[in-house]
Parts: sequence; C-alpha cells; structure tokens
Amino acid sequence: MSSDLDVFVGNTTLIDEEVYRLWLDGHSVAEAVARRLRGGVLEREGTSVAVLQSDTRDHYRTFQMLERLLHAPPRLLQQLLFQIPPERQALLVQRYYAFDEALARELLGKKLSKGTKKELDEVSARTGVGIRSCRRQFDNFKRVFKAVEELRGPLAENIQQLFLLDYAAIVFFANSRFETGKRRLQFLSFADFAACAQSMMGHWSQGALGEPPDPRAPEAAEPDGDLPKSFLQDLKELKVLVADKDLLDQHKSLVCSALRGKISVYNELEANFKALSRALVNVGGKLTHARDVRDFFVDLVEKVIEPCRSDKWSPGDLRLFLTHYTAARHQALWERYMAAITACLLRMYHD
Amino acid sequence: MPGKLKVKIVAGRHLPVMDRASDLTDAFVEVKFGNTTFKTDVYPKSLNPQWNSEWFKFEVDDEELQDEPLQITVLDHDTYSANDAIGKVYIDIDPLLYSEAATVISGWFPIYDTIHGIRGEINVVVKVDLFNDLNRFRQSSCGVKFFCTTSIPKCYRAVIIHGFVEELVVNEDPEYQWIDRIRTPRASNEARQRLISLMSGELQRKIGLKVLEMRGNAVVGYLQCFDLEGESGLVVRAIGTACTLDKLSNTSAFLPACNSPSKEMKESPLVHPPSHGCRSTHNSPIHTATGSRLTQNFSVSVPTLIYTGMGSGSAGKEGGPFKTLLRQQTQSALEQREFPFFTLTTFPPGFLVHVGGVVSARSVKLLDRIHNPDEPETRDAWWAEIRQEIKSHAKALGCHAVVGYSESTSICEEVCILSASGTAAVLNPRFLQDGTMEGCLEQRIEEASPPGCGFCHIPYDELNMPFPAHLTYCYNCRKQKVPDVLFTTIDLPVEAIVVGKGCLIQARLCRLKKKAQAEANATSISNLLPFMEYEVHTQLMNKLKLRGMNALFGLRIQITVGENMLMGLASATGVYLAALPTPGGIQIAGKTPNDATYDQHISHMQKKINDTIAKNKELYEINPPELPEEIIGSPIPEPRQRSRLLRSQSESSDEVTELDLSHGKKDAFVLEIDDTDAMEDVHSLLTDVPPPSGFYSCNTEIMPGINNWTPEIQMFTAVRVSRLSTINPTNQTLNKNFNDLCENLLKSLYFKLRSMVPCCLCHVNFTVALPEDELVQIAVTAVAITYDKNQALQANKAPTEKSQQRASTDNEEQLQFPLELCSDPLSSQPFSPAKEVLEGASSHTGIPAAQRDRCNSWIELIKLKAQTIRRGSIKTTTSLEKASPLAEGYLRHRSVPSCTNSTVSVVKMTPLSFLPGAKITKYLGIINMFFIRETTSLREEGGVSGFLHAFIAEVFAMVRAHVAALGGNAVVSYIMKQCVFMENPNKNQAQCLINVSGDAVIFVRESELEMLPVQPSTAAPQPTSSAGDVTT
Repeated sequence: MSSDLDVFVGNTTLIDEEVYRLWLDGHSVAEAVARRLRGGVLEREGTSVAVLQSDTRDHYRTFQMLERLLHAPPRLLQQLLFQIPPERQALLVQRYYAFDEALARELLGKKLSKGTKKELDEVSARTGVGIRSCRRQFDNFKRVFKAVEELRGPLAENIQQLFLLDYAAIVFFANSRFETGKRRLQFLSFADFAACAQSMMGHWSQGALGEPPDPRAPEAAEPDGDLPKSFLQDLKELKVLVADKDLLDQHKSLVCSALRGKISVYNELEANFKALSRALVNVGGKLTHARDVRDFFVDLVEKVIEPCRSDKWSPGDLRLFLTHYTAARHQALWERYMAAITACLLRMYHD
Repeated sequence: MPGKLKVKIVAGRHLPVMDRASDLTDAFVEVKFGNTTFKTDVYPKSLNPQWNSEWFKFEVDDEELQDEPLQITVLDHDTYSANDAIGKVYIDIDPLLYSEAATVISGWFPIYDTIHGIRGEINVVVKVDLFNDLNRFRQSSCGVKFFCTTSIPKCYRAVIIHGFVEELVVNEDPEYQWIDRIRTPRASNEARQRLISLMSGELQRKIGLKVLEMRGNAVVGYLQCFDLEGESGLVVRAIGTACTLDKLSNTSAFLPACNSPSKEMKESPLVHPPSHGCRSTHNSPIHTATGSRLTQNFSVSVPTLIYTGMGSGSAGKEGGPFKTLLRQQTQSALEQREFPFFTLTTFPPGFLVHVGGVVSARSVKLLDRIHNPDEPETRDAWWAEIRQEIKSHAKALGCHAVVGYSESTSICEEVCILSASGTAAVLNPRFLQDGTMEGCLEQRIEEASPPGCGFCHIPYDELNMPFPAHLTYCYNCRKQKVPDVLFTTIDLPVEAIVVGKGCLIQARLCRLKKKAQAEANATSISNLLPFMEYEVHTQLMNKLKLRGMNALFGLRIQITVGENMLMGLASATGVYLAALPTPGGIQIAGKTPNDATYDQHISHMQKKINDTIAKNKELYEINPPELPEEIIGSPIPEPRQRSRLLRSQSESSDEVTELDLSHGKKDAFVLEIDDTDAMEDVHSLLTDVPPPSGFYSCNTEIMPGINNWTPEIQMFTAVRVSRLSTINPTNQTLNKNFNDLCENLLKSLYFKLRSMVPCCLCHVNFTVALPEDELVQIAVTAVAITYDKNQALQANKAPTEKSQQRASTDNEEQLQFPLELCSDPLSSQPFSPAKEVLEGASSHTGIPAAQRDRCNSWIELIKLKAQTIRRGSIKTTTSLEKASPLAEGYLRHRSVPSCTNSTVSVVKMTPLSFLPGAKITKYLGIINMFFIRETTSLREEGGVSGFLHAFIAEVFAMVRAHVAALGGNAVVSYIMKQCVFMENPNKNQAQCLINVSGDAVIFVRESELEMLPVQPSTAAPQPTSSAGDVTT
C-alpha cells in the first residue's frame, strides 16, 4: 500500500534542524532518511521507517518552497506563505548562508564565474563537501557578490541589510581578487583570511574613517568592496621611508633603541631591519596596481613571515617589533596603514 | 441607498515578472463590486508598485453588500495585446456590516491565481458606511452575527437560544456549463469561486433573515457546506442555531429589546407570523413539495440505528411526578418547533438535563432523478425527511430535543448519501422558555439534576423502555438510573466528573460493493449501510471496553461512498464517567472446543486482551474510587444485554431479524471466534497502538482530564491519498489497509509533533473521500497543544475540586451545591429520593423480561414510520427562548509570554473555540473561504504532494491575511470543510478545491491582561501583534 500523496502543513511551519542540515548538505531524501536512521531516531521515538520517510519528504518540500525566499532574506520576513517565528527565520537564513571554510578557502579570490563553478567537482573532492552543497554555497557567494556589487556604502553593512549576515570577507576577497591559492599560502585558513579582510576593511575602507564619506569625493561613488583609490594613492608617499636612506636609518635606530634588551631576536632584527621595512612599505605601495594587489598576501608571507619564521621569531617578538615599528613615526596615514598590516601579520604568523 | 462601500488600493509588492524583456511589470488594479468596476492607473515598470489610489466608492443596497464579494484583480498592462491577469483577491465584506465586528479591512492580501497560486501581495483598505434602513420588508439581514463556534461565544451571554435555522441554495455548476468547453481553466475556476462566494453570501443573508424573524441577533454553530453534485448542480447549504446574544461587557445591561417580543412570540407560536410579510418573498424554500414529486425521485430511506447509552427510567418515586412536570414543560416549549435541533456541542451549565444517546439517519438519493434540478425544493424535501426521522428517533428515546446536530453528504457519480446525526437530549425548560418559569420550579430543576452527573441520567421512563437496557443507579448521586455506556455527539459537559484521561477512539471499516447503475446501485448501498453502522457500532463498543472506559463524546460517523466500495470512519473521544458503572472486560469464546491448540490460541488472545485493558487503564489513569457494593446498590441483575441498537428499516424487513438478533440477544462483549473473519476482527482490535508517551489525543474541544494548557499551539492539516488495492480485494484486506493507513497517519503526526511533548492533539478531525477506484483520501485537521505535566497530575487528583473551581469562576450561574462524591447533597432538596436509595435499589430489581419484546415492537414502530412516505413539510421556523445568563466558563491557564516581533503579524489558527492562556476580547466576523487550484504542470510543481502542500500553505496564508486585515490575531473554530482533490497524471494535471471557515477574533494573553489595570473587556487592548501590518 503506497501513499501517492502525503503532506503535512502546519499553521506554524515546522522546521526540523537536523533535516535542514541534511538538506543543506545536499543529501537526497533517501540519504537523509538513512542518516537519520543511523542517528537512532527510530529507537528514540519508537516509530517506523515509513514515518521517517514521509517526515523527511515533507521537510524537503518545505525547504524547496522556502529556498526561493531564502535567496532574498528580507523577503522571507515579509512573505505571508509560511508563518515562521522570527528566531526560526534567522536560523534558516544563517544556516543557508553558512559556508564550509574549506570550500570558502578554495574559492577565495577566485572569479565567481561559470568556469569556477565547473571546477566545483574537484573542489568537492578536495574539501569533502558534497557537490550539491558546493554548488549551493557557490551560488550564495555569487548572489551576495552580485547584490552588493552595485551598492554604495559600507560593504559589511550592505550585506548585513540584504542578507542579514556577515558575508563581507568573501565578497571583499572576490572583489579584490587577492591571490590565495599559492602553495606558500596553503598554511593559511579561511578564518585567517577572513580576519585579514576584516582588518583591511576596518582600517582602510571609506567607512572606517568614522565620518560619513563626503558625497562629492570621487570614492563616494565607488562600491565599498574596493579600497578607496585616494588612500591607495597616498600610500605611495610612504615609499620615501625606504627610498630615503636617512629616513630609513633614523627609523631603524628609533626601533632598535626601543627594542634593545626587550626582544630575544634583537640581532636578527638589526640585521634584517632594512629588508623587513622595505617589504612592509612596498606591499602598500603596490596596492594601486590591480596586478600587484593580487600579490599582497604572497608578499607578506614571502618577505616578512618566512624570514621571521626562519629566524625563529616568536609571535610576541613580532608584535613588539610591529608596535614599535609603527610608533616610531607619527603620521595619520602611516598609522592607518600599519594598523591593518599589523593585524594581518599577527593573524597570519603561525605554522 | 443603504450603504457605501469604499475601497483604496495602496500598493503591491513582490509581483511576478510579467515582461520577460525588462524583468518588470506594468501593473494596475481593477476593483469590482456587483456590476461596477473601477481601475487604478498603471504603475509602470515595477514589481513593487505604489498606486495610492483615490477612494473608489460603490453605492449599493445592503442586500448586495451581503451577497457580493469585493473582487480585486491585479493585471499587467500590455499596450499591444490583451492585459494579462496576475491574480485576484476576493474580500468578504460581511464583517463590516455589523457594528460590533471590524470597522475597517486593511492590510496585505496575497494575490491569488487559480493556476499559479500566490503571486505577490496587494495592500488594500476597505470601509463601509451603512445608512439606517427603515424598510421593514427588507431583503437583507445586516447586523446578524455569525459564529462557527459551536458554543456560546466567549465574550457573549445567551439571552435566548431560539433554535434551528437552515437554508439551501442551488445553482448550475459553472464547470458543467456548455461554455466551459470553450473557456480557459482559469476562467472556469474563477467563475466557480465567484459563484460559490455569491451563493454563500446569499445563503448567509437568508439565514440571517430567518434569525431576525425569530427576533434573534446571531447564529451560533453555523456550518456551511457545498455539495458538488455534478451535472445536477451545485448546492450550498447551511445549518445553525439562532440565538439572542448579549455582549458580556455590558452584562449588567438588562435584557435588551428581545425580551418582550419573545414573550409575545411565545404566545403565538411562531409559524410564519403574518406580520413578517417578507418571508415568502425572498425565502425560496419549499413551497409545497408534493408527494408525487417525491415518488418520482428515486429515494431509499435507510434503516437507522440509534446508539444510546441505554436509557430510561426516571428517578426514584419522588422524582417521578416532578419529572413528568418537567417533561411536560419542555415538551410544550419544544413541540412548537418543527425541528428542535441545536448545532451547539457545548452548553451553558444546567442547559442539558439528560442525554439519551446518539440518533442518526441516512438516506440514499439519486441525483439524476431530481425533477427540477435548478430549484432547491427536492433537496429541501430530502433534508426535511431526514430531520423528521431524527426527530422521531429522539422522541423514541424520551427526548424532545437533539443537540450536537450536524448534517453531511457523500456523493459518488449520481448517488448521494445524506446523513444527519445528533444527540437526543432533554433540555432544561428554564432555558427554553423565557422568564415566566422562574419560580419555585427553577429551583427544583437545578436540584433535581446534580450538575456532575445529571446529564447521564436516563431521560425516559424505566417502565416504558423502548429497548432492553442495563441500568444501574448513578455512581455519583445514587439516586437515579444511568446506562452502562453513553454515546453522544456533543462535547464533554464542563461539569461532568471524569476519572482519568480521555482518548481518541476510531472505528474503521471498508465494504466492497459491486459497481452498478442507478437504482440497483442505490439499493445495494442502502442494503450495505445498516451492516456498516452495526459494525462501526460494535467496533466502537469493543474499543471503548478495551480502554476501560464507559462513554463516548463527539461521536462522528462518516460513511463515504465510492465506485466500488463504502467506507465508514467513526471518531469519538472515550472517557470514564464517574457516574457510570465500571465497564466489564471482553471475553473471547471459541466455537470449536476439544481442540487443544485452538483453545490455547484462544486463551492466548484472551490474555492479550486483558493485558491491553490493564495497560490502558494505567495509561489513561483510570482508577475509579472503589465504592462498596452496598452503597451503590448492586447492578440490576439482568441478562447481559448491553448493546443498544435500534434501527428502523424501510426496504427489506427480513434484515431486521438478521441484524437485530446478532446483537440483541447475546452478550455483546463475548466475542466469538468462529471463523477467520472474527479472528481478524479481534486482531484488528489489538492493532490500535496507543500514542507514544507524552501524547494524548481526542476529537473533542477539551481533553478530559487535562486542563493546564500552555499557550503553545500548532494547528495543522495533513492529507494522504493511498491506493488500497490488492489483486483480489476482500473486505478483510481492505479493512486492514484502511486501518493501517489511519494508524500510520496518526503515528506520523505524533512523530512530527514530538518536539511539543507533553502535548495533546485536540479536535482531531478525519475526513475520508474516495476520489477514484481504490484511492482513499484522508484529511486530518487538528491542533496540538502543549500542557504542563506537573500541574496535570495535581489536577487529576482532585476532579471535584477542579469542577468547583471552574464553577466558581462563573459569575452568575453558580452551581447550587458542591460536587463532592461523598457529601450528601440531598439535605437541601425538597424532593429527596436519596433516603430511599437502598430500598430503591432493591425494589428496582431489574428490567422485566418483557422488555425484550418491547424492543422488538419498538423497532417495528420505527420501521413503520420509516416506510411511510413523507410529504413535503413546512420549512423550519423554530424558536426556542431562553432567558438565562450564560456563565462564561473559559478556563484560566498558566500563561507564558509570547514573542511576536516579526514584520508580518502572527495569526494563530485553531479548530477549538478558545485559545489556551488567552482571552478572546472581540469576534470580528466569520471567515468562509473557497479556493480552487489547478495545474497543468504537475510534475514541475513537485508532483501531487508538492502541489497540494503548496496549496494548503496558500490557503492558510490567505486565511491569516484576511484575519490580520480585519485587525484580528487568531481564527478559532477553524475547520476545513472540504478538500476535493483530483489528478490526471497522464495529462500532468491536477485540481483541488478547498473550503475552510472559522471565526476571526482578537485575543489577549492572560499574562498581558493581568498587567493591565483591571478593566472590563470593553476597553480591551489591541494585541501588539496585530499592529505593524498596515501600510508601508
């Protein structure tokens, strides 16, 4: 005896978190039922496989109907079709847009194009994330990216408003197309990059200055995902710090005298100061050229992190050095620039 | 020009993309009422148009206002071709027509298309200015309030309960008109939706007129249904109970105008008072249905069964004369009415004096033989016939009234089964007659029927019993006789004393039937019906015993007819009434002795059954207080005849013996296993799995034994369609399949709702349909309510205290004496038969053996009655006056604050008449909606399940939107009256019709109420959740 038609509709839409997860992970109904069975629900509730199947199908149908609304979360709040308590709505959106960090790490900085989508099979195999889930997450990235592309104002806030969540890091990376896939960057996790993105947006973007952007300023028209052009332009002025030998020496003596006796790798620091300083300043100077922007993280790793690591700097050493290195010069631009660089380096300085 | 309707179209949102090129829509709106249409400007290139239209004004008379729905159509403007319809919104403006309900309808409505479903939303504001109508002969009945709730609505008091009102209108079904061949499915669906909406309006107006005629101001327990007869037409019919209600906030206000007229009416029993000349002009009913017409229509009157809990015998000697007096008065009050029926299921305390038992009548009709299908006469006559039968059954049970009355139909091709059922009852004359009765008599009545058990006392004379019955003295008051089992269609009276908890009991049955045509088909159906009724009854009895209980409430038996089978599904809530005797067990007897293995098997079964009973008693906490035999008086020794089956038969008389013998002369609870069928039956008894722990279920409003609900509720609808076929279907395999289907469905519900444990499924309402050969469709609507487990235990310990508490919250109708089981309530009584309890018990040693013969003769009588061809009868004009304040008996609950801060206002829906932990402060009007959904891309919409899932969700959404627009935050007494699903997978098509209704209300959480300064409900605050949904 088969049930051709079998539906359950509640006035308040029932959301089963476990089934939602299974659905998000891209399992078919049969797979989901099998997993729920393994979870021991049968024994706990004393029910039958048929009941479990019917229940799973019901939830899947609900999620499929909800998916259209999840593509535009504010609509979920306004729609009349499903009566869902607000905290459940929030849960639905959060889970739907949550991403596997492994996958996000793979996609960071890649163009969210059809080509990339085609490569998802490999990504899925590498990360162990189900292909259907990969595609959904990829589409999520793309949807968010597309939606905020045209918008003005602070990126994070825009995303928060449109999608009710924090998605800024991914969009920021997709926008700036930083290189993240090189072998020497493999030790960095998605969380590392997300933290860096946050620092960079926090310190460098237009909204970060604490005052509303001047609407007449050229960058007010730019989407917030890009770093403000005037700021990047200004960064070129910093090159003088390494180009001018006197300034470089002065900087070195200020930092060294401050750190003498306080840092275990003092000798190494003294020996490497010029190279490190050059690297730190040049990374900023190159940000004006899109081609060089890609190398931002590569440069930081190659020219700062790796030398320090081979000299066995401790994270504490690096922190002290960067603090004094920054403090040795009093200039708003310099401090704004170094604040993000310091945060990034400290976050990235691990094995 | 009695009314002005004003409509403003504010905005739209989330419209579908109608222009693929631009991905946008050029939307405008047509507003139509009657024959007048207005249009808004086109709002170009937007999916969120802001029309902000002027006020469109329609000047119409109030008859039109009642009949017509407001029709709002959203279209996409197209310069070169015809404008494309996006969808429609129908708004019933009836709630705006009476002063106490809503004053404005304003909010976002889903735009609905019968092919695409919901497509965006539209914000509309509707107002009505009503002018006073001085025309006495008016056709409208504006101002009469309608309630689906089958009890006196919570914030009202019943001044008079007038009685039964019914009406029926017929029209050609647009789907069967010639034009349907050339129009699109959309046009056809919309024509049907509009027609039903119009007919509903007309029906409601006509019923309203009848109520006004009776000097009432409201209809309670209003139930409207439609019958899709196919070729012969589309019938919309409704029944209800006319009342004069008084808003409770001004209870101090003394009976308003209705008092004096009702007196006058009582004097001239109101059959068409000529002063109300309007009646014949607009009431189309029955002019004279002649006998000849009736004979032209093929009609089979079906033998009817009366399930009683056994009855008869009034109280001890002293009670006798008084009882007679009471009966005479009730009789005179009720006999003025053609049909002393009440659609109510819950009553003011003291209203119900005695309950006789369930009365039901069925009749098989052929639709293609209707003489004049476009006129309502024939159907009117059919129903009159059935109602007459019900009335006579009630009389046979010594009752003058029928309560918990309902009517239904089942149609398959040209065959239609009409069914009616209710509970025969004796009502308190004080409630039926106005004012004058209040004297010494009133006092006595109150005392004569102890509130906790009075309704269980048998209503008719013990010496004049129409059928054999097994009587004992009431286990509660020990003064009067009670039956050993009681079946009713009403809700458990609040004052009833119950032991333990209740549970849902279902009897399920399939019967194969040969495919046949016309008369042959009707005859074979009507031949099957008595057997089905009988078996349903047996099943219910056995299942009741198996649970150790002794009474059924809310009994609803549905017989569904299909091409090649009949299905019966009976649902009821079993309880243990403290007043009734403890049920005996079930015994199995084998037919073939001297077979060791067989005997072993039998004893094994017996053990299983005994175990089940023991387990159930524990599960439902049935531990009746052990009363020493001497106190109660030993049960009347009587041959063990316990089943009460009365039937009338009109077709073949030889069936009478065949049927009646089987049950009347044997012990009903000895199950004989003489063949495999019987074995199957016993097995099926045991397959009913009790709900998982933490769950209870019932089909009544209140779950007996649980009264500490928390405000968390979840209303749901579940639908299943299953193929019952086996290669060689037999009754047994079909029964088993059907049984499994129901059990699995219940199991599935318990699983779905497991997060709400401890919880109770209340008002579980199953409906069965047979859409095609071997396809069975079951639809369930119910509400799950969480309760507080700790409090439940306490409450259960002291049922008497509980009822006392409840009684004390009722302000006026205080029960006159406490209900303690052991106290002597008799000292205060002028008539006190109690002192004779012991003698009485011994003197009434039992029912004479002659009773059995009397039973047979009674059956003969009924049979004779049923055989007489009934002539067309006068249309109902009943009036039942009652001048009694209704004590408002809603329960106070522990309340939990709720969070409602979403942008869309939350609307609760429940099939119950109340919301736990909340107080209903205002009734905003009736919600009665009918939708059709059709698809030609079934697979793409997720198959039949995807299609129906979406449709039901859409129906809920539209109901909620309408309630929110009225300013409400809940629908109570919600019911899905119809869900007709048809599919054609080969063509990738499906169609579904859904009809729902309920009462839109505003409720306030009790926790919120308490925080407010004490103030009567007049100044009830608007719930927070109903705000925030007006305009953007």
